[in-house]
Amino acid sequence: MKKIVVLAKQVPDTANVTGDAMKPDGTVNRAALPAIFNPEDLNALEMGLSIGEKLGFEVHVVTMGPPKAVEILKHSLYMGADNVWLISDRRFAAADTLATSYVLAEAVKKLGDVQLVLAGRQAIDGDTAQVGPQVAEKIDFNQVTYVTELKEVDVDHVVLERDGETRSETIRTGFPVLLTVTAEANTPRFPNAARMLQFFRAGLESDFDEESLKIARENGWVVPTWTLDDMGLDPERCGLSGSPTKVHKIKSITLKGTDLQLFNRDKTGIQEMVRNIVKDYVEVER
Amino acid sequence: MSNYYNSSRKLHFSQLELEPVVRDLEHEFKSKGADSLGSMEEALTWYDMLLNNAGEIAGEFIAPRAEAVDEKGCKLEDGTVSWAQETQENMDMLAQSGYMGAMLERRFGGLAMPVSVNNIIVEMISQADASLMNLYGLQDIAVTLQKFGTEEQKQRVLPKFAKGEVSGAMALTEPDAGSDLQAVSLKAIEKDGKWYLDGVKRFITNGSGDVLLVLARSEAGTTSGRGLSMFLCEKSPEIVVRRIENKLGIHGSPTCELQFNMAPAELVGKRKFGLIKYVMSLMNGARLAVSAQALGIAQAAFEEAVEYANEREQFGKRIVEIPAVYQMLKSMQAEIETSRALLYQTGLAVDMMEIYERKAKAGEKVKTELRAATALADFLTPLSKFTISELANRAAYDSLQIHGGVGYMKDFKVERLLRDARITNIYEGTTQLQVVAAIGALVKGLFEKEMEEVRSMELTSLKKEQKEVISLLDKTLSAIASVHEMESLEFHDYTATYLVEMASILYRLKLYLPIAEQNPDKRNILKFFLMESDARIRYLENRIFHLKEQYGENIDRLKDDFLK
Repeated sequence: MKKIVVLAKQVPDTANVTGDAMKPDGTVNRAALPAIFNPEDLNALEMGLSIGEKLGFEVHVVTMGPPKAVEILKHSLYMGADNVWLISDRRFAAADTLATSYVLAEAVKKLGDVQLVLAGRQAIDGDTAQVGPQVAEKIDFNQVTYVTELKEVDVDHVVLERDGETRSETIRTGFPVLLTVTAEANTPRFPNAARMLQFFRAGLESDFDEESLKIARENGWVVPTWTLDDMGLDPERCGLSGSPTKVHKIKSITLKGTDLQLFNRDKTGIQEMVRNIVKDYVEVER
Repeated sequence: MSNYYNSSRKLHFSQLELEPVVRDLEHEFKSKGADSLGSMEEALTWYDMLLNNAGEIAGEFIAPRAEAVDEKGCKLEDGTVSWAQETQENMDMLAQSGYMGAMLERRFGGLAMPVSVNNIIVEMISQADASLMNLYGLQDIAVTLQKFGTEEQKQRVLPKFAKGEVSGAMALTEPDAGSDLQAVSLKAIEKDGKWYLDGVKRFITNGSGDVLLVLARSEAGTTSGRGLSMFLCEKSPEIVVRRIENKLGIHGSPTCELQFNMAPAELVGKRKFGLIKYVMSLMNGARLAVSAQALGIAQAAFEEAVEYANEREQFGKRIVEIPAVYQMLKSMQAEIETSRALLYQTGLAVDMMEIYERKAKAGEKVKTELRAATALADFLTPLSKFTISELANRAAYDSLQIHGGVGYMKDFKVERLLRDARITNIYEGTTQLQVVAAIGALVKGLFEKEMEEVRSMELTSLKKEQKEVISLLDKTLSAIASVHEMESLEFHDYTATYLVEMASILYRLKLYLPIAEQNPDKRNILKFFLMESDARIRYLENRIFHLKEQYGENIDRLKDDFLK
């Protein structure tokens, strides 16, 4: 059966910061923040589910992350996903967008017969908006980013509206295609009560003991996990070693300025603005 | 992000001893399949997820649409009734989320949720949009059919309910049969082994729905309730919506006048048992739902009041700091908290009654248990509706008062709450009828028996309060006795409302004592409520005393001024 793959990420809930959200060294204190389904990935899943219902395609949700990321996969099942996959391996840790997109692209290839890949526009922790486009390149799909509306869908094409920053663009494209979806695109459905009953006991193989594993398998409660070896990946392209992005230093900056400065909307105005920013906020290491 | 499954609701839910209910619903946890629950722990986990999800749907999806629903209302065009677009969206979302068959068996696509869990969902939905409860709550139609319909009727209709493909209505009221349903005159006519309905029904919530349960006179020539039967009637051209009412509140739900022109129908259950058995069952479910609706409205009114009182500044300070304002808030808080305990226990009592009904139907010998459980549910249901529908009105009234002038304007939510609250103490039996339904338990000793527990509770931190509750109980019991010794039945009826109010206060104190004992942060609520209760009980006691002194057996004279 033809497949739709939704790429999802579990992220710290940066919108509801409580307690010490940042560590003294300026990195995110993940333990202090609840882990949630990246909001725009829910919009991607919603789009995937509604297209899946219309075209009779299977909806698969894939996430790369630690074992506890199984929570967002369970949430996907509650919403209606047909299959979910956790891609997890210690050697995937500290991946930047290049290494992440490599692993996710390989997962899409491994699933096979994929017509449509959907991802949220960006994750609320890294805010790069790069993973979706990089996956599209690696699997050689057309891509439409910043999708704000699904206008039409049929077996051989979709019509989308995308946010082109200064104007909106309407795009018609055939399959296969990768879309990154914004929050305006739709209202994600809520979990379904009966599906919660069906899957609330789901977990990873390691969550069950020998006896309960048998029942879990019979009931479809075991969420499959793919490791680096399962996928036959090149370790050099994964995790830290596959990530050219090196963080030199993180500094916690508290913005104190409350005044508003207006610049002219012309070349000199912009030059002045850039000069001000450099003067105030850029630190040059000597 | 707002989720209506708040800490108070969680706490009161955790108080319910659900195990016997869940054991029965889940067939003693024998099945290990994915569509059944394997243990009490699993049940509580899933119920918690259901409630949390419903709380989010209520807070995030339904609440933001409530204003538009209220403004647009329903329309009748060319004989077809349409809901506001936002109401349709709400119903679609609830159906997609799988809540439309909450209490139906899983073989019909339902969730097999206890009544007491669904009750909390009704409360949360009503907090978001009271009018939506009237549509969501119509699941009681399906539940009634599940209890009394034939297997064929159930197979045909219930799965459609569970999917949210159809909505229902219960058609009882007629122009001349409101509180007095024995006067129903819509005719059910049998012809060649088939039934047809002919006549008019009025004030039918969602009368335009697809599946109607209709109370009709099947025994021509009779005039009492025993000539009435219950019919299942599916939408057909022979049922015409003549008009929809232009109402004060709950604009989201259409209230229809229906004309039946020999509409084909099927008998539900046994002939002549329509009113005395099936409608009573249907009505009790509806009364519980209205109580939950009322508590949702009260909660909304309270939250609006707290928020506004914190924002609004007068005389150089926030008005929440003014005694005349916070006294209203304090009273609302105590009433809502203790009423929630009552509402949730009522849900549990209905669950227990239904267990024994099912067991009895399956041939088990549970006659005594069934009788006791039914008596308790039949007492607590009207007691809840009496208490909470009046509370909703007071809370909305005071909340508007706290808002001052702006509260009177359409710009603020509270005026809608006031309008929506107003029906809760009228429909499904007025407050005055709830008194009639509840007073029996006081006279026949069920109330006293239920309250015995308060004398033997082993409390450590609230010993003094327990003693005070016992002393209020004694006052109440002697008030009941003092009314009872009067010969005039008119005196009994006249004072019944005072006695039922006293019983409501005491019952809530009984439920709240152990909660406050276990939860120190709830003690100030208990103490405040106890203080107010003490004053109120003394007041009511006095009132009865003086009525007796002054009018005694001649109380019927009080009406003389009004007889024309």
